[in-house]
Amino acid sequence: MSAIVEAPEPKKLTKKMLTADHPTWCPGCGDFAVLAAFFKVLEKLQIPHEKICTIAGIGCSSRFPYFVNGHGIHYIHGRALPLASGVSLSRPDLHVFAFGGDGDGYSIGGNHLDHAARKNVNLTYVVMDNFVYGLTKKQTSPTSPVGYKSKTDPMGAVDQPINPMTKLVNGGATFVARTHATQVKHMMEVFQRAIEHPGFSVVEVLSECIIFYPGAFDEGNPRKGGEFNLIEEKQWDDTPEDEARHDVTNKSDAYAIACEEFPGRFGVFLEHDRPTKNQLEQRWIDSSMEKVGDATPKDLIAQRFEGMK
Amino acid sequence: MSSTATPASPENTDASASGSDDSSDRELQNAVIRFAGNSQDGIQSIGAFLAKLAGRSAREVMTYMTIPSTIAGGPSIFQVHLGSGEVLSPGDEADFLFAFYQHSYDDHLNSLKDGGICIYDTDHVEEVKKDERGILHVGLPITSITVEAIGGSARDRGKNIMVLGLVAQIFQLSREKLSTLIEKQFGRKGEGVFRNAMLAFDAGYAYAVGDLLSGDFDLKEGTGAKEGKMTTDGNTALTYGLLAGGVRYGAGYPITPWSSIMELLRSELPKYGGLFVQAEDELAAVSLAMGMSFAGHLAITGSSGPGLSLKMEALSYATMAELPLIIVNVQRGGPSTGLPTSVEQSDLMQAIYGSHGDSPRIVIAPRNVEDCFYVAVEACELAKKYSCPVIILTDQALATRIEAFKEPDLDSIVVEVKPDLSERPADWSPYPIDGATVHAPPGSPMAGGKYPVVTGLEHDEWGHPSGSPEVHSKMNARRREKIKKVADNIPLPKVCGEESGDTLIIGWGSTWGPIREATLRAQEKGLSVSSIHIRHVHPLANGLETIFDNFKDIVVVEMNDEGLYGNGQLATLLRARYCNPNIRSVCKTDGLNFKIKEILAGIDAGATATS
Repeated sequence: MSAIVEAPEPKKLTKKMLTADHPTWCPGCGDFAVLAAFFKVLEKLQIPHEKICTIAGIGCSSRFPYFVNGHGIHYIHGRALPLASGVSLSRPDLHVFAFGGDGDGYSIGGNHLDHAARKNVNLTYVVMDNFVYGLTKKQTSPTSPVGYKSKTDPMGAVDQPINPMTKLVNGGATFVARTHATQVKHMMEVFQRAIEHPGFSVVEVLSECIIFYPGAFDEGNPRKGGEFNLIEEKQWDDTPEDEARHDVTNKSDAYAIACEEFPGRFGVFLEHDRPTKNQLEQRWIDSSMEKVGDATPKDLIAQRFEGMK
Repeated sequence: MSSTATPASPENTDASASGSDDSSDRELQNAVIRFAGNSQDGIQSIGAFLAKLAGRSAREVMTYMTIPSTIAGGPSIFQVHLGSGEVLSPGDEADFLFAFYQHSYDDHLNSLKDGGICIYDTDHVEEVKKDERGILHVGLPITSITVEAIGGSARDRGKNIMVLGLVAQIFQLSREKLSTLIEKQFGRKGEGVFRNAMLAFDAGYAYAVGDLLSGDFDLKEGTGAKEGKMTTDGNTALTYGLLAGGVRYGAGYPITPWSSIMELLRSELPKYGGLFVQAEDELAAVSLAMGMSFAGHLAITGSSGPGLSLKMEALSYATMAELPLIIVNVQRGGPSTGLPTSVEQSDLMQAIYGSHGDSPRIVIAPRNVEDCFYVAVEACELAKKYSCPVIILTDQALATRIEAFKEPDLDSIVVEVKPDLSERPADWSPYPIDGATVHAPPGSPMAGGKYPVVTGLEHDEWGHPSGSPEVHSKMNARRREKIKKVADNIPLPKVCGEESGDTLIIGWGSTWGPIREATLRAQEKGLSVSSIHIRHVHPLANGLETIFDNFKDIVVVEMNDEGLYGNGQLATLLRARYCNPNIRSVCKTDGLNFKIKEILAGIDAGATATS
């Protein structure tokens, strides 16, 4: 989102104003923390209330729009991103957020993720990855690790899981980050940067399903004996220790981090500028309209009809 | 020459029945000319020139073409039906055949009427059947004449323009008007290109073929209004209808024969401040369009049969969420990949019922190229007014054929549709039980502080998800009644012919022309035959049964299969809706438009059966 600071709202946006129905998520679900972090960031950025637009497909986490008091749409399974792209490309004044899970985003909607990324559509996409299908009650998901026992893999999952981070880096997303639902402060920082990034920004959040895959992300949670290892970003301060730090504009380095063994590292993998589809299309629209001058739509059609005589 | 349908047509009540075939002074009312060659020969452009010329001469015209579904090359035809009378079909049989190759000759000689004229290229066609069915054969070295006229470097390119010159001479078409059109087409490619084109044209125009034919084929200019008509194909007409109706955003995925609509929208919309997006697949295309609609715009997506199937889940969503969306389906031969470049009307049931759940929506079908424009405009109005999906069911024949028609009155048609971002009052609800849904797009402030979530889950009037049996029944009824209300404003179709009688022919979509012509011919023969055209296929107009009751035999003519129970798709619907046992089907699926004689034979079969 490019222009975060807009004309001051008469009413200050508060968490209370943003709160809608109480989430239908199971008590203890990681998604509660994601919602809370999202509210806090919106509050901090003071985005005009009516310009907030949340979009989701189908899944537990895709219920998100119901829990945000803002314009929202709960769409069909896997197609949140093309729908969000339609909103973003036709309404540059809005702040477009898409939410979903691993099944919605990496399985049924996997193709759309690659294309939204390569087109660099200006929107923010948050994936609450829990490594399992929760809404349909414990089937293997595209991120379930090999050996995970589910109702569709009673002997343990056999298919190699998708690595969302390599997929995102490779797909051409211009902002790619990874965080953990138990690390609220980190999550907020990453969300804010994602929102402020002009272009397609994606945050993969490890968000535990405490019913069907409890403990899935303990290895990344210090409170459960794991390690929350952060990516150290280059400060560009000419110090010797900066040499070893990660250059977030470097795609192959980002890819290398994305290939690290689970639980891997957290933070911003990639953050670089590339013209958004919104800008590129707008450029064409502007030059076309300039050529057209004062001609109204009716004039334009009449001109075409003249050529058909 | 054939005089198709002119005597009884309202516009030509005093037209003579045209000269007999053995007359040497041939004054034409109508002529059907078929050009057969390969797709790279540019025979389509001969047709396009003739069609434009016809429009400029107040003549009627209808074209028909086949293109191979191969990547490049392959046999191709272009048929032009020119007339100063009413032209309703591409013509059953050709009066003239121009055969560029042996295969063109072999494959298309049977399209010529008895005693027709075949002009063939002696450089390529070696074997001819001179004594067949009284056909007059005229061999011309079309390729050599062209090469000679332009020079060797052009090889045989330009022979289409040479043939155009030949046609102009035979039919005494205006050289001046045609050269203006050629200049318009080729002038921008450079002086040399235009000069070569005119060299080829004049080589044909000056060729002494008149002596060979020993006749004078004077295709009369029309007597109708002299103001120029416009000529274009159905997909182009439909696209400008969408633009006139206020469509500014859309998305699609390429598929034949829909692609030309998306290509045109992609290049036109930026001039209107809008945008058309090429999506990664059909699901994304409909979803992008849905997003644009949710954002407050009048949005469009489209496809052909297989692609429409892929969009079905989303279309059901549009019904549930009550978002306005226009979907164009350019029907082609199915099932599956089927016949991608042939015509069929087998997507009717899919258009009406193809989605899961009870998801009523509006389906309308244009009858000819001109109607493609008006149907698109109407689709825009309906989508806005009823906040629901509207499917435009056109077809491959309409998509590619060229017709001449009166320029629409843009002053009364063109509208601008902007997102309504006004503040919604505190008591606003997205799905009022007793009122129409008027979507509040993002960006609209909500006075009550509560923002709506558009949803595909069953919901109450506030948009809250609800699994209550009562709510589901009530909301299903709400969505159904909304579409039923559309019927209140649909006029009853006009009956062509007497309001009562023996036979009523019913058609929908592009069969309108052939059905009308067949009806008029049957009436000429003294038969008690009338016909109606159903433009609004879902919902149907109220009171159709009052028309049906006045006929003994009701024949639904459709380009689809008779199915397991012996009835085509519309016939099945009409039988279910009206429980009238007199409704029966005449169906075919050969990938070609109905011929007049096929329809007449279909009526006869019924008359025999019922007598």
